[in-house]
Amino acid sequence: MVKMTSEMFLQHLANGISLGSLYALIAIGYTMVYGILRLINFAHGDIFMMATYFAFFGVFFGLPWYISFPVTIILTVLLGMTVELTAYRSLRDAPKISIMISAIGASFLIENLAIVIFGGRPKAFPTEELFTKVMYIGNISIQRLTFIIPVVTAILLVILLYLINKTKTGMAMRAVSKDHETARLMGVNIDRTISITFGIGSALAAIGGIMWGLKFPQIQPLMGVMPGLKCFIAAVIGGIGNTTGAVIGGFFLGVSEIMLVALLPGLTGYRDAFAFIILIMVLLFKPTGIMGEKISEKV
Amino acid sequence: MKKRDYYLTFISLTLLVIFLFFADKYMDAYIVRILNLCAIYTVLGLSMNLINGFTGLFSLGHAGFMAIGAYTTAILTLSVNAKAQNFFLEPIAAPLANIVLPFFPSLLLAGILAALAGFLIGAPALRLKGDYLAIATLGFAEIIRVIFTNTQNITNGALGLKGIPAYTNLWWSYGIAAFTVLFMVLLINSSYGRAFKAIREDEIAAESMGINLFKHKVMSFTIGAFFAGIGGGLLGNLLGTIDPAMFKFTLTFNILLIIVLGGMGSITGTVISAFVVTISQEALRFLDQPIDLGFMVIPGVAGMRMVVFSILLMLVVLFYRHGLMGTNEFSWDKLLNALSFTKPLLKGGKK
Repeated sequence: MVKMTSEMFLQHLANGISLGSLYALIAIGYTMVYGILRLINFAHGDIFMMATYFAFFGVFFGLPWYISFPVTIILTVLLGMTVELTAYRSLRDAPKISIMISAIGASFLIENLAIVIFGGRPKAFPTEELFTKVMYIGNISIQRLTFIIPVVTAILLVILLYLINKTKTGMAMRAVSKDHETARLMGVNIDRTISITFGIGSALAAIGGIMWGLKFPQIQPLMGVMPGLKCFIAAVIGGIGNTTGAVIGGFFLGVSEIMLVALLPGLTGYRDAFAFIILIMVLLFKPTGIMGEKISEKV
Repeated sequence: MKKRDYYLTFISLTLLVIFLFFADKYMDAYIVRILNLCAIYTVLGLSMNLINGFTGLFSLGHAGFMAIGAYTTAILTLSVNAKAQNFFLEPIAAPLANIVLPFFPSLLLAGILAALAGFLIGAPALRLKGDYLAIATLGFAEIIRVIFTNTQNITNGALGLKGIPAYTNLWWSYGIAAFTVLFMVLLINSSYGRAFKAIREDEIAAESMGINLFKHKVMSFTIGAFFAGIGGGLLGNLLGTIDPAMFKFTLTFNILLIIVLGGMGSITGTVISAFVVTISQEALRFLDQPIDLGFMVIPGVAGMRMVVFSILLMLVVLFYRHGLMGTNEFSWDKLLNALSFTKPLLKGGKK
């Protein structure tokens, strides 16, 4: 155990919350797709990775950030929808194991295409002074980004909850997640709804990716794998299928990961294993997660 | 089995042994290495097919079991001197430093340790279904890798182990591959095998027919882990160098590709596609290197090979879901029927 002053504690907490917000943004994508298709979108972490590359090239070609970032989001949404269209749509009635294999294939394809196109060497993400400026509060030094990230996440969550609970599209999404057949009979266009779900998930992953790039300014084609897995774990912790749960799970995972490293530096090497240990614990003792509903099995 | 089939089987096995003898003596080291890899991937593919194809459990933890197997045999077969050379950052833990075992006991121990790990992870994780199991097993493989990277005085951490004695030769790898095939055939046709398939088709129906789901799932998982451990051990002693980065998800992906291509739930398919995939992975190596067309040079792009294999996997899943063999198996009747020009009726038809 490391003795910690309250200032250090606050600093770690702030770091944990901003990491947790990033996890939350990506976890929402997993949880929405799982809610609607009962499928782990293995390619989601790679869509997130592609978003950082889109943003990188936007800035690389001299576009200002307020143009480059929206373009990134649009491109990522298109990518997410393309993945759904090619890898998942034709397998909608196939056995689950085939869909999962297709998802893994899609994930590998994106990763390796990225290696081929962008090269395997890490690139330095261009940092914006506007976001990365360091501020001092008392003895605590905090990047401006550390504040921006949770605020952006909170705003997006509010918009998303409004979208899901108050709009017609949101109602369609909820209907499809309950029962495809019945939703279709009620006149819901299933393919379109699923496509929109992928689009929303990818947009959030894109925003997460941009902020990730600003916070950890080194990008490489396999950077999406670990955050992807961890965010899926966050979604499971929160109760998969539940948007608010995914955010809570993201925060929980982010804060506890940072605190683990801060309090027990000897275990730093095990940082990546930590999330999986939490996952296995959650699955064993409360498989529905914090906010999840119990799904009974129909014969 | 008919008498004819016994003769045919005997003749083809003899031909295989003669071929191996010839390959062992006269073929160059590179080809022998590929042949070895084919046999090892057969073992690995069969062990994964038992879990994923026959029992219908979607497990992605194979790289973890292989890592356990590879490290066990490597540590047990390395000579005392080689160990001292390898572990220069931190000396190896006391009892391991002086233990040197012959190849076979180390392989067996590798299998047993992997099976033990399979049992320990399987017992809790197999309560989960479908994709949860996939993520839990994937996470388990990742944990193993992280542990092996950090236990400097047992596995030598990220530095890996070098100079592992090259015990794996064609006789070992093909012997074990043949044993695995035989074992799997006997297992699948036993009452246990039928229970596995029943679980794959419908868990609830299987349970109501009196099949103990938990027992059979754990059994399939443990046996799969055992052979994965042995395969990993063979691989380690073939390559001579292992490090934790080798046992990433890519390795599991390769084996998954083999069983999907061959057909989930077909022993024959797995054997064929283990050879096809392994050989084509070597043959397509040129994709990663520059290609000289005489008038122009296409620069090589590292990773192109994996793009091809990912596309291949997706094409198979999207358009040809049953793979090469589906759930069919090889039989002499079918082969001879396919080869002969005059088509005799299959058994049971009107004569």
